[in-house]
Amino acid sequence: MDVIYDWFRQLYIDHGINLTIVYDRFDRNRMLGGLWTTIKLSLTCLALSVLIGLVGAWLQGARSVLLRAVVQGYIQFFRNTPPLVQMYFFFFALGSLMPQVRNEFGFTQPMIDNYTWAIISLSFFAGAFNVEIFRSGIEAVPKSTVEAAESLGYTRLQSYIHVVLPLAFRVCLPALNNNLVNLVKTTTLAYAIAVPEMLYVANQIWSDAVNVPEMMTFLLFAYVALVGILVWVMRKWEQSMALPGYGR
Amino acid sequence: MSAAWSESDPIVDIRDVHKSFGPVQVLAGVSLSMPMRSTACIIGPSGSGKSTLLRCINALVPIEKGSIKVRGIEVNDPKVDILNLRRRVGMVFQQYNLFPHKTALQNVMMAPITVLKQDRAEVEERARRLLRKVRLEGKEDAYPGELSGGQQQRVAIARSLAMSPEVMLFDEVTAALDPETVKEVLITIRELAEEGMTCLLVTHEMGFAREVADHIYFTDRGLIVEHGPPKEFFSNPRDPRTREFLGQIL
Ligand SMILES: Nc1ncnc2c1ncn2[C@@H]1O[C@H](COP(=O)(O)OP(=O)(O)OP(=O)(O)O)[C@@H](O)[C@H]1O
Ligand SMILES: [Mg+2]
Repeated sequence: MDVIYDWFRQLYIDHGINLTIVYDRFDRNRMLGGLWTTIKLSLTCLALSVLIGLVGAWLQGARSVLLRAVVQGYIQFFRNTPPLVQMYFFFFALGSLMPQVRNEFGFTQPMIDNYTWAIISLSFFAGAFNVEIFRSGIEAVPKSTVEAAESLGYTRLQSYIHVVLPLAFRVCLPALNNNLVNLVKTTTLAYAIAVPEMLYVANQIWSDAVNVPEMMTFLLFAYVALVGILVWVMRKWEQSMALPGYGR
Repeated sequence: MSAAWSESDPIVDIRDVHKSFGPVQVLAGVSLSMPMRSTACIIGPSGSGKSTLLRCINALVPIEKGSIKVRGIEVNDPKVDILNLRRRVGMVFQQYNLFPHKTALQNVMMAPITVLKQDRAEVEERARRLLRKVRLEGKEDAYPGELSGGQQQRVAIARSLAMSPEVMLFDEVTAALDPETVKEVLITIRELAEEGMTCLLVTHEMGFAREVADHIYFTDRGLIVEHGPPKEFFSNPRDPRTREFLGQIL
């Protein structure tokens, strides 16, 4: 390892390319922390937004007019406003309404911290799109297939879980992929409420080491890698769900 | 209610059923009754309400007036136990409507496991037996997309049978098949009827209807115009509409 660190230190001395995140232990740990936060944030929001999408699409098929209106209102609200404004709204507007709690050191702190607000706001943001995506998939499932399930005694929920969703998923996976890729990139907005994800940490580092171009380049490559992994996993998943003699 | 039912009563008892879709009256007072272990065929022109009648029997479509009883269970009762009704009434559709994401075996196994919460191993054994019965041994692991129409239709029949129904409804189940494969599906249905399953079929296969049915119903514009045992019905139709229809089709 020391060989590598020395090489990067030499790179800085010889060519002025200053990647402190490799050879400097403190910066390296900061950046690893940032990377980890971005990964955690992304995975949590991925899972929650898909869950919101599934539940929302289910509620859109509900009998109650009120429920359907609530879901529709939610979608309109989150689709038609900028995600940064949403995040500020959650953190500053809703956050200020939340009670303060005393932590184990006796200090008061907000009941919901900025990391949690970022999760909530990003999940609802991506979830709104997921509802629409799942709905388009559900609409592509033939009515007659659902009727067959019904005639076998399936309840609406059972047929949703065992028949409708598995088929809808296959139809809407490309659109879902797109939205989830977008979500990973949108996690950088958490920067605005001081969540120490990659962009925020990079900013701290370049303030100290004055290596803005290096950090910016690094960030771009880091996101290419993260999104690349996500796309690869989704592609594998899509392939594993392909049906012989069905669809494409 | 269903306690009052005995095996000598009709297992399907339809009285004066009315059904409209918006302004269109599709069923205008249909009555029909089937003893247990009998086979009846419904024939009639397109749009006369045959499919709608079948769909009313297992409550896929609500009726507006009249009564439908299956094994003494009043289908139109708002408090009816839908699951209890549907597990007794198997339905097979023209377009098979298999679950395309499941293999033939899984298609047959799904409902007993999900809906009836039966033991998986026991269900699998029964499912394999049913697939053998409809002559699909060796196709257990094929997906619907890999099967011919006739094979898919027989999987659909096995899927319905897996729920151990007491009545089977067939809605033009051979209409989408080519003549070669029609036969293999009809053989399966005939075997079922011979084993004593109560079968109600909508069909355009007049030869088959004449052969398997105990009773034929002819529908036109939401009414049963004429009905009777096949021999009488085909050799001596009384109503002019029946005559015209049979004249076109035979
Ligand atoms: N869900 C529905 N909404 C509106 N109208 C319907 C619906 N289902 C059926 N109909 C109408 O009811 C009438 C009877 O339809 P049905 O499918 O019962 O006829 P059918 O006798 O089975 O005809 P076919 O031999 O063509 O299958 C038709 O005019 C049809 O357009
Ligand atoms: Mg029909």
